[in-house]
Amino acid sequence: MTENDGYTASELLAVMSARLLEDGQCVFAGVGIPLLAATLAQRVHAPGLTILFEGGVVGPFVVPGELPPTTNEQRCTRRANMVMGITDVLLLLQRGYVDVGFMGGAQIDRYGNLNSSFIGDPDDPKVRLPGTGGGNDISSLTQMIVAMKHEKRRFVDKVDFITSPGFLAGGTSRGDSGLVTGGMYRVVTDLAVLGFDERTRAMKIAALHPGVTAEEVRDNTGFDLPIEAQAPTTEPPRAEELAALREFDPERLYIA
Amino acid sequence: MSQPYLDLRAKTKARDRRLRDKVMSLEAAAALVGDGDHVALGGCTASRTPFAMIWALVRAKRKGLTISRSIVSTEGDVLFASGVSAHIMTSWFSQGIVWGISKVMRHYTESKRARFEEWSHMSMGLRYRAGAMGLPFLPARSMMGSDVAARLGDEVRKMTCPYTGEQLVLLPALNPDVALIHVPRCDAYGNAQIDGLQFMDADIAMAANKVILTTERIISNDQIRRAPDHTKIPFFTVDAVVEVPYGSAPHECYGLYEPFFGHMDDYAEQTARDPEAGAKDYLERFYYAPESWADYLGLIGMDAVLDAARRGRSITND
Repeated sequence: MTENDGYTASELLAVMSARLLEDGQCVFAGVGIPLLAATLAQRVHAPGLTILFEGGVVGPFVVPGELPPTTNEQRCTRRANMVMGITDVLLLLQRGYVDVGFMGGAQIDRYGNLNSSFIGDPDDPKVRLPGTGGGNDISSLTQMIVAMKHEKRRFVDKVDFITSPGFLAGGTSRGDSGLVTGGMYRVVTDLAVLGFDERTRAMKIAALHPGVTAEEVRDNTGFDLPIEAQAPTTEPPRAEELAALREFDPERLYIA
Repeated sequence: MSQPYLDLRAKTKARDRRLRDKVMSLEAAAALVGDGDHVALGGCTASRTPFAMIWALVRAKRKGLTISRSIVSTEGDVLFASGVSAHIMTSWFSQGIVWGISKVMRHYTESKRARFEEWSHMSMGLRYRAGAMGLPFLPARSMMGSDVAARLGDEVRKMTCPYTGEQLVLLPALNPDVALIHVPRCDAYGNAQIDGLQFMDADIAMAANKVILTTERIISNDQIRRAPDHTKIPFFTVDAVVEVPYGSAPHECYGLYEPFFGHMDDYAEQTARDPEAGAKDYLERFYYAPESWADYLGLIGMDAVLDAARRGRSITND
């Protein structure tokens, strides 16, 4: 995607993932695109969406132009219903109050496992990444939506390190490991919306963004990616959605 | 890191837990931290980081500390680059997502000169909570199946629930030797009131064997008693109180100042160019050269202080 389409790849990501959030849901949102998309959903179609931030925030409304740099700063608490400790807000996931966990990803594999810890051998890494934060807890305990750029180096057959569990080795392996709830629901990229097979738990194309072919998605993916029969094409970002996004992030911290 | 229960009880019993004045200087408080101690930091990422105490520990040339915190930001860079610590236990370690991956963290961990021991965020919290509860571990339903747990080896064990037969992960307690916590206000005895985000601070204070508070201001015990429901850390867990205005700079303190974004942008740029030399130069200029904390703030700049304060106080404008 380029500016020629009237929106950036990040804007497309934010809009497409916002649309997956439903009014009345409780969403645990990470910083960056997830925060922006959840805020966008609140504004456009889900005014009753409850956002939780890892810093311990329940039900805030982020102020346009004052996006928080992390989910642990005072900007996250604007118009919140409650602030609580970090451990307690994360325990809401375990108790079952959270419908959707929503985060970004550095590297993902065919079973939706996410890596944000090491590129290369963990004992001798090429890059030490910042780590899990709450990612492991969120993906262990609730249904997940992940928003990320679609690049071959990010969509790999097997992640170097499972930081946040998807369906592990596929099939029933997630449940067998002790993770009896949650799992990957959707991965939203700048090319497509991806889902997971009910039985094998392998990733597949659920919808294509406007002007994108299945071939193009496969060319940017490091493993075999089937397409659902009659996978629809998503509706392009609407002017209303883009305007709201740009109002929230005028300095383009997240949507550049 | 968890300690035999009776040792923990004996250490607690030996502490002077009277309602007594604990106010002291940064330097005197720094002397309460020993080389090799496990030091837990309050706050999270760029919020209520106990930077004034860290600054004092760097200047006192403390060595071999094991550091733990919920999420580590630029204070982790400072602790690695100064040689104060070569082992940090946390769930996430970088300046903040908008600044990208910390080059200093990468430099020291990838060259194996320092270790970043990774736990999930909730696991860190439950480890402090187990410590605060006087239990050796807490069970949870997170971390299973992941390489985060696998990499921690024997430190993370599993059990079958004796009631339900379910698999659970067990998280060992943390009872830090010392906790460093920055708060907006407390009295001279250490009753601390924390506005806004609470992070893991109350659990850390309860779990630790020693607590050093830095505070934006010291208020009277009468004021504490007028709103005891606002007190989050009770005096008998606290061993030292240091009054340090802007004690989290360049990070934020809820309702008082936001992060000093300009300073943090400059820091990120300087350390990205050359992680080791950049961090060393930063330490020289902001940690070793200033004569006092006020001098340090002066180097960051009055305009930056006022801007951070204006943004910080804006939280109560609506």
